Amino acid sequence: MQGANYFWNYVPLLLQILAAAGLGAGMITASWFLGRHRNTKAKLDAYECGVPVEGDARGRFSVRFYMVAMLFILFDVEAVFMLPWAVIYRELPKISGSRLFGFWEMLVYLGFVLVGFFYIWKKGILDWSADKGDL
Amino acid sequence: MEVSIWIFLLLSVLKVAVVTVILLTAVAYTVLLERKVVGRIQNRWGPSRVGPFGLLQPLADGLKLFLKEDLMPTNVYKPLYILAPLIALACALISISMVPFGKEVHYHGVDLFQISDLNIGLLVILGITSIGVYGIALSGWSSNNKYSLLGAMRASAQLISYELALGLSLVGVVLRTGSLRLRDIVDVQAAHGLLSWNIFGGLQIVAFFIYLIAAYAETNRTPFDLPEAESELTAGYHTEYSSMKFAMFFMAEYANMITVSCVATLLFLGGWSSPFGNLLPAWGGPIVQALLPVFWFVAKVFFFLFLYIWVRGTLPRFRYDQLMGFGWKFLLPLAIANIIATSLWLAFRAA
Repeated sequence: MQGANYFWNYVPLLLQILAAAGLGAGMITASWFLGRHRNTKAKLDAYECGVPVEGDARGRFSVRFYMVAMLFILFDVEAVFMLPWAVIYRELPKISGSRLFGFWEMLVYLGFVLVGFFYIWKKGILDWSADKGDL
Repeated sequence: MEVSIWIFLLLSVLKVAVVTVILLTAVAYTVLLERKVVGRIQNRWGPSRVGPFGLLQPLADGLKLFLKEDLMPTNVYKPLYILAPLIALACALISISMVPFGKEVHYHGVDLFQISDLNIGLLVILGITSIGVYGIALSGWSSNNKYSLLGAMRASAQLISYELALGLSLVGVVLRTGSLRLRDIVDVQAAHGLLSWNIFGGLQIVAFFIYLIAAYAETNRTPFDLPEAESELTAGYHTEYSSMKFAMFFMAEYANMITVSCVATLLFLGGWSSPFGNLLPAWGGPIVQALLPVFWFVAKVFFFLFLYIWVRGTLPRFRYDQLMGFGWKFLLPLAIANIIATSLWLAFRAA
């Protein structure tokens, strides 16, 4: 929408969110009321290939998943830092007066990140096949 | 020009309705296309009984799924069990609102070919697709089923690992454009057709392939469909879901495929710009002028969808350690190298 406040542009996005959520909620409700319900105990058990369910499913699992999640947060923050730099990169020579100023600045930052990456690589955190029990 | 708020709202609602209906139809027919093409790849016909060439098959499937028994297993955690497919589907449907389908055509001051034109469009798409991970993680946890939980853990780890490579592969494109607005990104590529597309003229061919591979992993498609590897995990995170709730995960996957194809088209293949650029003189009236870009856009998206199906019919599944190793040890360093190379190239080209 031109000639008005820029934030009006968010209104259609909001409408789309409402439409998507409404559609999903409608589908769930409709299928609950449309389908028949003829339940037995076996049917409502957890489906584990016909074998009787043994214990609770929320037991312990490999700690590697947790480490991947942590590493993701670290590296995703890095990716987020790169985007504003990328947006302004082509104007940096004019602002700073040096052609490679923006490049070296980011290279220093990337260097620190890469040292950390090298460390976790050598630590073996990225090697999933080291212990078959983990998979 | 000052625009009436009511016309703006009315047109926005119309745009949302039309795009959502088209997207859902496209999802249904992408499923049919996939079954047809994979059928031909495996030397069989695929669906051919319901309607001419099986064209009514998606309708029949949808109807059947609605009428199926909606199970609520005893051991699930109900609020999250119901919320999970809602999150998955909603996130898949929302991100399409950022995608521009054609040239800016204003009617009463409202852009007809894009629902919402934000100057951070690319970031919004990335953010919303990331929220989709919650749908998968919560579905696996709330199901209280060992296969679901394992599938969801695998899926979340895979999605977040490949999201890094995906996010970093886009930085090269943003470097060239200097904007996160999707229309700006396309406009930069429009001048000389094929030659100025980011994949060729922007020297982003490496980034393109990183994006493509990461996108396959993000949408849980072969060869990265480990979260639902049926030979080891039954059906992965949606083992406990039935009826429409199951179908919603399915639809979310295909809607994500379409969105990812749209984004790939916009970022690397010049969006709605024609492959001949300004080399050919413009022809036709204003209506043809408005609709021809949409044709190019749809053609490119269709190409990506066909590629998805082709890959599914061709490649076997990864092993899990290979998958994580490939994402972290190959794609991530490659994406960083691509950023360094692109920024160096741009610094010296600008002079």
